[in-house]
Amino acid sequence: MSDKPRKFKGGVHPNDSKALSSRKAIKEAPLFDSYKVIMHQNIGAPPELVVKKGDTVKKGGLLAKAGGFMSVPLHAPTSGTIKAIDKVPGPTGISVPCIEITSDGEDEWGSPFEPISDWQTADPAELKQRIWDAGIVGMGGAGFPVHVKLSPPEGKTIDTLIINGAECEPYLTADHRLMLEQAEEVVLGVAILVRILGLKTGVIGVENNKPDAIEALNKVAGKYNITVQSLPVNYPQGAERQLIYSITGREVPVGKLPMDVNCVVQNVATAAAVTEAVLKGQPSIERVTTVTGKPLVDPGNWKLRIGTPISKTIELAGGITEQPAKLLLGGPMMGIAQSSLDVTVMKNTSGVLLIAQDEVSQYTSEPCIRCGRCVDCCPMQILPATISQAVENKRFDWAEKLNVMACIECGSCSYSCPSHRPLNQQFKRAKVEIRAGLRKKG
Amino acid sequence: MSEETPSIQLPDPAKLVVSNSPHMRDKPTINKIMFTVVAAMAPALIAAVLFFGLAALEVLALCTVSCVLAEEGWNKLMKRPSTWKDGSAILSGLLLGMNLNAGAPWWICVLGGFLAMILGKQLYGGLGYNPFNPVLVARVGLLIGFPGIMTTWDKPELGAMAIDGVTAATPLGLAPGETFVQDMLLGNVGGCLGETSALALLVGGAVLIACKLIKWEVPLAFIGTVFVITGIAHVMHPEVYHSPFVHVLSGGLLLGAFFMATDMVTSPMTHKGAWIFGFGCGLITSLIRLWGSYPEGVSFAILFMNALVPLIDRSTIRKPFGYTAPAKGEA
Repeated sequence: MSDKPRKFKGGVHPNDSKALSSRKAIKEAPLFDSYKVIMHQNIGAPPELVVKKGDTVKKGGLLAKAGGFMSVPLHAPTSGTIKAIDKVPGPTGISVPCIEITSDGEDEWGSPFEPISDWQTADPAELKQRIWDAGIVGMGGAGFPVHVKLSPPEGKTIDTLIINGAECEPYLTADHRLMLEQAEEVVLGVAILVRILGLKTGVIGVENNKPDAIEALNKVAGKYNITVQSLPVNYPQGAERQLIYSITGREVPVGKLPMDVNCVVQNVATAAAVTEAVLKGQPSIERVTTVTGKPLVDPGNWKLRIGTPISKTIELAGGITEQPAKLLLGGPMMGIAQSSLDVTVMKNTSGVLLIAQDEVSQYTSEPCIRCGRCVDCCPMQILPATISQAVENKRFDWAEKLNVMACIECGSCSYSCPSHRPLNQQFKRAKVEIRAGLRKKG
Repeated sequence: MSEETPSIQLPDPAKLVVSNSPHMRDKPTINKIMFTVVAAMAPALIAAVLFFGLAALEVLALCTVSCVLAEEGWNKLMKRPSTWKDGSAILSGLLLGMNLNAGAPWWICVLGGFLAMILGKQLYGGLGYNPFNPVLVARVGLLIGFPGIMTTWDKPELGAMAIDGVTAATPLGLAPGETFVQDMLLGNVGGCLGETSALALLVGGAVLIACKLIKWEVPLAFIGTVFVITGIAHVMHPEVYHSPFVHVLSGGLLLGAFFMATDMVTSPMTHKGAWIFGFGCGLITSLIRLWGSYPEGVSFAILFMNALVPLIDRSTIRKPFGYTAPAKGEA
């Protein structure tokens, strides 16, 4: 382990509730009748469809090819026929195009590429091309195409690779179980990324509430010259900027990217997916997802294929014992509330979370009493209460001057507010308004 | 292939609540914060009752009831929802009582309650919107309107059930050399209810700081500034000016520094702002005490600095994490 990690300013300590699923080993989900694969799973351009209704596909077969550099291809989660090119409710509530595959039950493998077993001698460019071909995106939540992060533009050099195993969101344990059960796959993936970037080593940062995962990683890390850094528990430790600061002491300038401070950050699940793509020749068609929450009979962690409907994942967890108040994709701090069970698992779905009725109260927002709790816990060190005032008065120009654009939407301010003010929501709105250039003069 | 087992229940999507993240909230609410402050005030309240007997209890009760009634009456009149349960009116009432003499007539308490809640708070829009500390608005209003009543202090007597009508001067009104630090620590001096026991106030202040309900910078800067300035004056003219210990332990300084200046609504939000605010309060208090016509200046100092809070907030906007100064030539 390297030197002590730095503590970033601010942060909150919500009850993590990870015990619901942290001891449940990853289980393989059974094959389902049909999968609805959402077309656009990455940040950037949508992929271009290469199949049509009625086509038969093999597991791993190409469904859509990358629609540009800022785009990744999409592969079939199982073998079967394309039943429809349709629309399903997307995670943000808007209907999005999807490819519906009726499974033939054979689950016949038909990968578009061969494994690369000699990764230590292979051309880094070939490895990077493989990651792109496999359609790997940032699996921690953002869905940013991995090959783009591995291709720093002219003039930018990368000297540090950080792998995010913080998993600071309450409830989620998918990364934890992955690091614990497939430590070698994760570390190997890091080593492959290190080779692509032409570095000597990479750092895996893990919050110290997962000592078993840290131990498991440390057992294999030395073999590949990778270090494991234990991090203090402080939400949002896993936010890119906070993670970079903790490990390197560098501050990513507002409005800039990690590569501007010579860093690349990837998630541990992404690292594992890289290993599968390179050593097994498997495209990105499955991931480990935590299905958890108090209302579930048997919360746990499952290996799910992309396109699995959320209703099926809840069935895997034994169904519910009480009607939940909320259904979330992701964790409780940044996850997106759903109104339909037809939403399907995507490459970046780290959790399916049911929140019980007694865990949410319907708060009415009260006046700000200027207690300053949001100011103290803001990890970006902006002034949430003051910005909130600006947004309420539709002074988006003022909000911009108060650096609302630096907000990472971690939700710490709303979490801490004793008046239950919708701070995070107001900032999201301000950012949209500012981006749209709709500024009203006060 | 998956098989539907009839016993497996799925959520009813029609009953799912959709809202923005985060979906978790921390425990503290306005109500809890207010009552924690009340709890932190308990030692000082008990000390007041011990020294002034039932008279203190009567003043505190009258003030609290009149504050709650004033707030509720206004809410009814303005057709607003009831707010007394958030605890802010109760806290204001207790603080107002702490700012009055144990022998204060009943109508002073009632008038003070109305001044605090209506003039100090509701006219600005209620909780969170008032620029000035409502309790100090009431205290200063009463002080200007009824200077006689507001500057007569009953003599405390430990364990007495009633005040006996003997008055005592606040230590600041005495000549230097007539005061005893030990009496002031315990509370055996003349003054309003909350000015008596320095020890009880310090305990309460420590609780507030430990619970992170106040910014420790405010009392530290406030008391420190008073100590330094009055200390310099004392060293130069010990026969004219009190020792800094007397200044710190007497009058409303501790009450003001821990319970009044730190009022969340009317003090700055940043820690840098809290330093400036505390320093300003200390400076003005010292100036009034040393050279002003009033023996006491804490209330005026805090009110004056309350008025400056928007300016302080504006001048202490901090730089975000990862801020880089724009390079020269860039817009």
